[in-house]
Amino acid sequence: MAGQRDFYWRRLHSLLGVVPIGIFLVQHLVINHFAVYGEESFNKAAGFMAGLPFVILLEIFIIYLPILYHAVLGVYIAFTAKNNVAKYGFFRNWMFKLQRWTGIITLIFIAWHVWETRVQIALGNAEVNYSLMEGILSSPFMFWFYIIGVVSAVFHFANGLWSFFVTWGITQSPKSQRVLTYVALFIFIAVSYLGVRTLIQFAYGV
Amino acid sequence: MAEKSTVTFIITRQDSPDSEPYEETFHVPYRQNMNVISALMEIQRNPVNANGEETSPVMWEMSCLEEVCGACSMVINGTARQSCAALVDQLEQPIRLAPMSTFPIVRDLIVDRERMFDALKQVKAWVPLDGTHDLGPGPRMPENKRQWAYELSKCMTCGVCLEACPNVNDKSDFIGPAALSQVRLFNAHPTGAMHASDRLEGLMEDGGISGCGNSQNCVQVCPKGIPLTTSIAAMNRATNLHAFRSFFGSDETL
Repeated sequence: MAGQRDFYWRRLHSLLGVVPIGIFLVQHLVINHFAVYGEESFNKAAGFMAGLPFVILLEIFIIYLPILYHAVLGVYIAFTAKNNVAKYGFFRNWMFKLQRWTGIITLIFIAWHVWETRVQIALGNAEVNYSLMEGILSSPFMFWFYIIGVVSAVFHFANGLWSFFVTWGITQSPKSQRVLTYVALFIFIAVSYLGVRTLIQFAYGV
Repeated sequence: MAEKSTVTFIITRQDSPDSEPYEETFHVPYRQNMNVISALMEIQRNPVNANGEETSPVMWEMSCLEEVCGACSMVINGTARQSCAALVDQLEQPIRLAPMSTFPIVRDLIVDRERMFDALKQVKAWVPLDGTHDLGPGPRMPENKRQWAYELSKCMTCGVCLEACPNVNDKSDFIGPAALSQVRLFNAHPTGAMHASDRLEGLMEDGGISGCGNSQNCVQVCPKGIPLTTSIAAMNRATNLHAFRSFFGSDETL
């Protein structure tokens, strides 16, 4: 069939957003949360992840390539929408707009975050441990940049999960979609807590 | 309520498809229970604008005057709806009228909704005629299915859902919510179901169902209250299953 490529590209985009990117996001924030239990605890957890077999392949195929693909098509999707919440200020329309905005914010954040941690580590300028993050987050500007970036990423994941369930035809009725709105809200609050709590630990040591 | 002697209309006009739009103000004598169409008829009878100048009558489309034909859609005070069902007493004044900007403008408030009919062609939203001879009565349809299918059949191709959809615009080729729901209608029909996969193929084509971004404005604005987002989610499921089956092959051929 001619001209069905968009369909497959968009379905892949939707799938990758949850598997593996969404799962990776939650796992990343859970591991980071070990910082709250102390420096040693964090270094042990981060060391465990870094010591996984084939770690470079895992990173490339589970993290880098899916995020890169999701980001490139996502930016295109975000800029083809014509937001109209001023005229049609419904809840879901706001979520639609915020999904696109948080996507862009998250992309900027991730680009900087990868540069500052992964790339610097690869260049031999830094080492993955508690003090690296402590050093970054001791600046109030970076602390707030990280807060906005992490909350954006979690919102994009939680609301994206809601869309994922519609896109794959799992939630069809208005009632099931409403229930999933509350589930997504819970996920947003719970995962945001993990991320923000960790940032406070790194920045203020409490 | 104090009787108002006139009602003010600010209308976005355009003389031809390529000319620049401009606004013109009219004061229309108030009558009880008047709607936007009766006001436009009054302007047609006496095309004099608020400055007292003679002008060309404002052009618009209408047909049934009872919200079943879909011809008189326009943007009234910022939101797209049927002008026949827009009662002046219920509108904030001055009343602002504008054409639905998602569509090519023909003149004044008249737009060209041809893209909606092209969309119906893309998804084959009909039951094909299978012969000129009498085949007898078709298969029966369960009553509860008939009831929800009837709701979907109320679509009048008015274009309000496309106007409200943030993903239907000149940067995207998305066909809009109306045609997606029509696939559900015709695939639910016992005879139409014999061509279900042809329609799902249409949904998989560029501009098809993957253009939906779940803003769900369509279901909020639909003048007929069609459960468009339920249709879209149901068609997402059907289209995904169809895509898997046709990609990997399946004994379930349809």
